[in-house]
Amino acid sequence: MNFSRAKSALLAAALAGSLTMPMVPAQAQDDTIKVGILHSLSGTMAISETTLKDTMLFLIEQQNAKGGVLGKQLEPVVVDIASDWPLAAELARQLIEVDDVDVVFGCWTSVCRKSVLPVFEELNSLLFYPVQYEGEESQRNVFYTGASPNQQAIPAVDYLMSEDGGSVKRWVLAGTDYVYPQTTNKILEQYLLDKGVAKEDIMINYTPFGHSDWQTIVSDIKAFGSEGKKTAVVSTINGDANVPFYRELGNQGIKAEDIPVVAFSVGEEELSGFDTTPLVGHLAAWNYFMSVDTPENEKFIADWHKFIGSDTRVTNDPMEAHMIGFNLWVAAVEKANSTDADAVIENIVGLETPNLTGGMAKMLPNHHITKPVLIGEIQDDGQFFVVWQTDDLVAGDAWSDYLPESKMLEADWTAPINCGNYNTETKTCGGTPAQ
Amino acid sequence: MLTQLLRLALLTLSLLISTLAQAQTTDIPARIAAMGEANLRELTQIVTDLAATGDPAVVPVLTALGDGNLYLDETSGRVVIQTGSAITDPLTGEAVDLGADADLSRIRVNNGLRRDISAALGGLTLMSDNPRTRLSAAQGFLANPDPAALPLLDEAIAAETDANVLGVMQTARAITVLSSEDASIEEKQAAVPQIVSGAGRGAITVLTSALASAPDEVKPIIQSAIAGLEQSRAVWAALQNVWFGVSLGSVLLLAAIGLAITFGVMGVINMAHGEMVMLGAYTTFLTQLVIRQSFPGLIDYSLLIALPVAFLVTGAIGVGIERGIIRWLYGRPLETLLATWGLSLILQQTVRSIFGPTNQMVIAPTWMSGSTDFFGLAITYNRFWIVIFALIVFFMLLLILNRTPLGLQMRAVTQNRRMASAMGIRTPFVDAMTFGLGSGIAGLAGVALTQIDNISPNLGQNYIIDSFMVVVFGGVGNLWGTFVGALTLGVANKFLEPYAGAVLGKILILVLIILFIQRRPRGLFALKGRAIEQ
Repeated sequence: MNFSRAKSALLAAALAGSLTMPMVPAQAQDDTIKVGILHSLSGTMAISETTLKDTMLFLIEQQNAKGGVLGKQLEPVVVDIASDWPLAAELARQLIEVDDVDVVFGCWTSVCRKSVLPVFEELNSLLFYPVQYEGEESQRNVFYTGASPNQQAIPAVDYLMSEDGGSVKRWVLAGTDYVYPQTTNKILEQYLLDKGVAKEDIMINYTPFGHSDWQTIVSDIKAFGSEGKKTAVVSTINGDANVPFYRELGNQGIKAEDIPVVAFSVGEEELSGFDTTPLVGHLAAWNYFMSVDTPENEKFIADWHKFIGSDTRVTNDPMEAHMIGFNLWVAAVEKANSTDADAVIENIVGLETPNLTGGMAKMLPNHHITKPVLIGEIQDDGQFFVVWQTDDLVAGDAWSDYLPESKMLEADWTAPINCGNYNTETKTCGGTPAQ
Repeated sequence: MLTQLLRLALLTLSLLISTLAQAQTTDIPARIAAMGEANLRELTQIVTDLAATGDPAVVPVLTALGDGNLYLDETSGRVVIQTGSAITDPLTGEAVDLGADADLSRIRVNNGLRRDISAALGGLTLMSDNPRTRLSAAQGFLANPDPAALPLLDEAIAAETDANVLGVMQTARAITVLSSEDASIEEKQAAVPQIVSGAGRGAITVLTSALASAPDEVKPIIQSAIAGLEQSRAVWAALQNVWFGVSLGSVLLLAAIGLAITFGVMGVINMAHGEMVMLGAYTTFLTQLVIRQSFPGLIDYSLLIALPVAFLVTGAIGVGIERGIIRWLYGRPLETLLATWGLSLILQQTVRSIFGPTNQMVIAPTWMSGSTDFFGLAITYNRFWIVIFALIVFFMLLLILNRTPLGLQMRAVTQNRRMASAMGIRTPFVDAMTFGLGSGIAGLAGVALTQIDNISPNLGQNYIIDSFMVVVFGGVGNLWGTFVGALTLGVANKFLEPYAGAVLGKILILVLIILFIQRRPRGLFALKGRAIEQ
């Protein structure tokens, strides 16, 4: 048989199979405002993104119960990008052009965001992106409600360097091999070098998506950590690869007291998949934890449980980000008295909405928001115990101040600058590259 | 007069001391009560204070705090220990009845505090009656050497009767001496060989960190000891790598061996093979769920119970697939490929719809958790059992194929279907059984994979490519080829990984296989004879 022909046939079949149609048929109703939801409901990212789709439906239902926006009901339009990024761009176009949505909430991975970005720019629509990301980007049509590196990675490293965190001297930067870990680790490496950490005290390691055989890497980490200096692992390992990684750590006897792992992509949702007893004491840095004890959070969790019909479902950081993004969008639409993209972009900057940790999230001119930074230790019930948090809210920085090529760049989408990468040295706008 | 005065002074002093001591003992309950509302910093202080009393009565409360078993009852404000459903007083150990409106919240600790607690417990339990407690106390000193505890260690060594514990204590003492500033040079020199022989794989760490602060006279001894250790470590590192390779290979073997039957023996390109593995994993999850709810005592054996269940479930599904789909497509590889690919998508989405997209949890039995030091090799139990399991499955399958009537019929049908049919073999039945066997074995692989991978609807996808790779590399239609192929790929992967990294390593392996297949299109062990011409 001819294998190459078989393979191309296979590809065609796979593509055809995953071209899914919108789940909620677009209805020609003029009295509703349509909200696009662009998440993966199948494929590898479904594990994280399905919950975000539910979160959006939950938020929209709540808003509709309050009377909608501008007197109109909100109508969700859900599409499944099936963890397929070129498809994400197609579906984004379909949402805006065919379904005529006024705003889109979606994407999880940076690849997804990067592939839909040109569509939103071309068609001048709005995207709210709810996940922590690598920074080095600011786009007029995108609102980044997740953390940028200075709102997650840098404070986490600061904590580990401090006496409370164990005065770590040696660092393993372990990540999955794609843009978010690569860029974050680049920033972190530069930051650590600036702080006087020697080059040989930093070990950087990348693994493929879905890596499941961690024996060699974990034993390398163990050897690296046995040189007499306090060692920590900064993990940007994404998705499914985390469970085998932590399992291997536990089995090889690496305890959090000896070599703590601080993760940027492991939250309550990811932990609900396994027995966390061997992980107690390992850390995660986020801007929200389900265990945060505030009345706002308590209400959010209770409402969420009621909506989803189960009181065992957890909440997590990207869910809070979607909630903040949604509320900011609603506020901006009401302030502008219009759902027009330009009007929303003009009015949203400076608006505030309460977050779930007792502070106010404010939309900044660079389209990032202010957030508190929390460090939590994993408990044996799969929840986090907050061991450290920033005194104040931290403003999201689009362009890292620690990389030589981006430290003079600023993003400001208000007049007179109106630029995603304004060079403060040459006082010029460097254009708005999509990458 | 003078003596009287002196006596009076002495009396006052002793009184003062006794009241002080009493104050300290009466302080323990107060300090424990204060733990309930303390923040992390205050807790650290309380732990230090409690440890400083030297009173063995504080051992249970510190242990409970470290293990996360210490709770505060919000209603009564009492601090209690909860283990399982039993609630006890932290000092007296007596059962406590808090009444119906008790509201227990755990007193939480962080890593730093856990370290402090284990150090404090080390000092308090070094003279315990239980040799195991003494052992763990001595091990605590290995990790946190404290020169101030040297007299205590000496005392414990003098009193120690258990040879095993004594060895650990002497190593702990040697480490402490080496890190102490007051110890004499002779003492330090004598400590080095003790560390080399006693500290095992941690010896290099200890010596390297001691090297910087050691006096010049001791440095050469430490350096030569490190050099000796490095040499033996290099040998062990290579062996360790072989072990990692074997264990990766055994996972590949498990995943591929079912495919070696369906693809290798029957020639069916089964893209849904990975989903059979996934279904096996979900069967394990369900089996464990039932066991946990109905027979909690059997939880440690749940994986063993899941094995036959998974085999039967996936085997039955395999027979169903063969009867329902594949038998209409024999001799049409492209259509089979597309049909089974579609089937795999359907199965994935079905599982996702039923169980949700998130990972499911299978608890590792205690005999599969942790690791052991085999001479210098660190062998984790889960990997060890998977290697054993893969070997058992492989040889069972070999036995079935070569020594049973069904195996004979399978081979006959594969080699010459018409002739077999003419000899009275029910070829459709044999086809269904063969496919069922292959699928059932994939289900067994799923049971094993619950111990190392996620149980998610995507589980199978991660293994399908690797499985085809192993079967094609080893030689289609040959079980031994699959065996050798899996182990070769596993070991090669693990030897490339330290040099090339995990990402590049995987790419290199693929490139090597492509080159190999071009040289030998039929794989490592090519079938000879007429069978292959069909």
